[in-house]
Amino acid sequence: MSALQIATPGQTIGPFFGYALPFDRGNELVPPGSTNAIQLSGTVSDGEGRPVPDALLEIWQADADGVIPNSTGSLRRDGWTFTGWGRASTDDVGRYSFTTVVPGASRPDAAPFILVTVFARGLLNRLFTRAYVPGEQLSNDPLLASLPPERRDTLVAKREGSGLRFDVQLQDAPNKPETVFLRYPGHQR
Amino acid sequence: MSTMTAMIDTNPDGAAASQQSISAEIAAIESAYQRAGVEETQPRLGYAPYRSSLLRHPTKDLHHADPEGVELWTPCFSERDVHPLESDLTIQHSGEPIGERMLVTGRVIDGDGRPVRRQLVEIWQANAGGRYIHKRDQHPSAIDPNFTGVGRCLTDDEGRYRFTTIKPGPYPWKNHRNAWRPAHIHFSLFGTEFTQRMVTQMYFPGDPLFSLDPIYQSITDQKARDRLVATYDHDVTTHEWATGYRWDIVLTGATRTPTENHDHGSEHR
Repeated sequence: MSALQIATPGQTIGPFFGYALPFDRGNELVPPGSTNAIQLSGTVSDGEGRPVPDALLEIWQADADGVIPNSTGSLRRDGWTFTGWGRASTDDVGRYSFTTVVPGASRPDAAPFILVTVFARGLLNRLFTRAYVPGEQLSNDPLLASLPPERRDTLVAKREGSGLRFDVQLQDAPNKPETVFLRYPGHQR
Repeated sequence: MSTMTAMIDTNPDGAAASQQSISAEIAAIESAYQRAGVEETQPRLGYAPYRSSLLRHPTKDLHHADPEGVELWTPCFSERDVHPLESDLTIQHSGEPIGERMLVTGRVIDGDGRPVRRQLVEIWQANAGGRYIHKRDQHPSAIDPNFTGVGRCLTDDEGRYRFTTIKPGPYPWKNHRNAWRPAHIHFSLFGTEFTQRMVTQMYFPGDPLFSLDPIYQSITDQKARDRLVATYDHDVTTHEWATGYRWDIVLTGATRTPTENHDHGSEHR
């Protein structure tokens, strides 16, 4: 094995990704209205509570049975293949929306979550977070257990209509606690 | 938020500060970094000279996560997603784009030096005059009808990517008075785990704007900044066709990295 390598630094996605990264049906992991389809949506806000209209979110998740997809075709969706990955820009009021399914647990008793990556103008490197599915298994989750209650809540999606709502607060704002963002073992400062 | 923010104009689009005062802020942060003596390899998330970061960075430490489930896997892409011609940004219209035709190639590897195979690389960039095809770009430089500035490719089995494009120009932005970005190409990268997902910018060697640019300088360590600068490579340059640049990319995520304790280094794999 060759020597361990230091990661290439990230940089902001900047203001001009909108003509490059979004693609047709990028936010539709399943077609809207299909069996078991839910909407996962929310608002991205800044440290003054203002919406962030130039953010890009990606999600990556297991299917409804907890199986991690390995199918290609996300960029040219055929409407039938669940690839587990999607991309959505925020709109002029900072709102994003995905059509997907509620992920199943990847092992018994695990708390299922959707992995979320956030990019934005003004954000110098991407952020990772987890949008947990509300439910009983949450009490078994070691990551949630390692957080004080008011921070823990920022990681749990809320049921809204027939879907889930997950807001992303980039920085503490009045009455809006900062979302917990994650560092994985391979991420250096 | 840092105490500095009370002393500076925090309006992200105000463009009120001079380059001199932005450069002074950059220098103060870099010298504090050097005094601290703790190596950094990534940009600061809160970096006051880049005004738009002030309200858009988390103020709490990133929370340690032990990766599990989907965090150890990555989306898959194939020729079903990307056509081979999408890696040539110079053939998307009926005529030749204006500017210096160039090739950019390199390898995408993980923290152990293994190639990232058959993965998606996306790029976007300004044209030779520093203008993006984007409705928010108001820079009064010509739009090139033969250049959009968007490309995609899949890495090969050695982790190699390769694009044919036009060398982008520098362009002004509204961070401060007379602010100019060094020429760059935006790169969006996927690794062998989704925790390696990354977006960054590739720069060109010797750009005179480096020291003035708060986005580039948000990486406080010179060695780390250098990792974003491509190398001119005459072996990539092709006879009577295009100049060549080489830039390799390292992606890390779930697996523990070099400077940390390795006693439990492989427990997550």
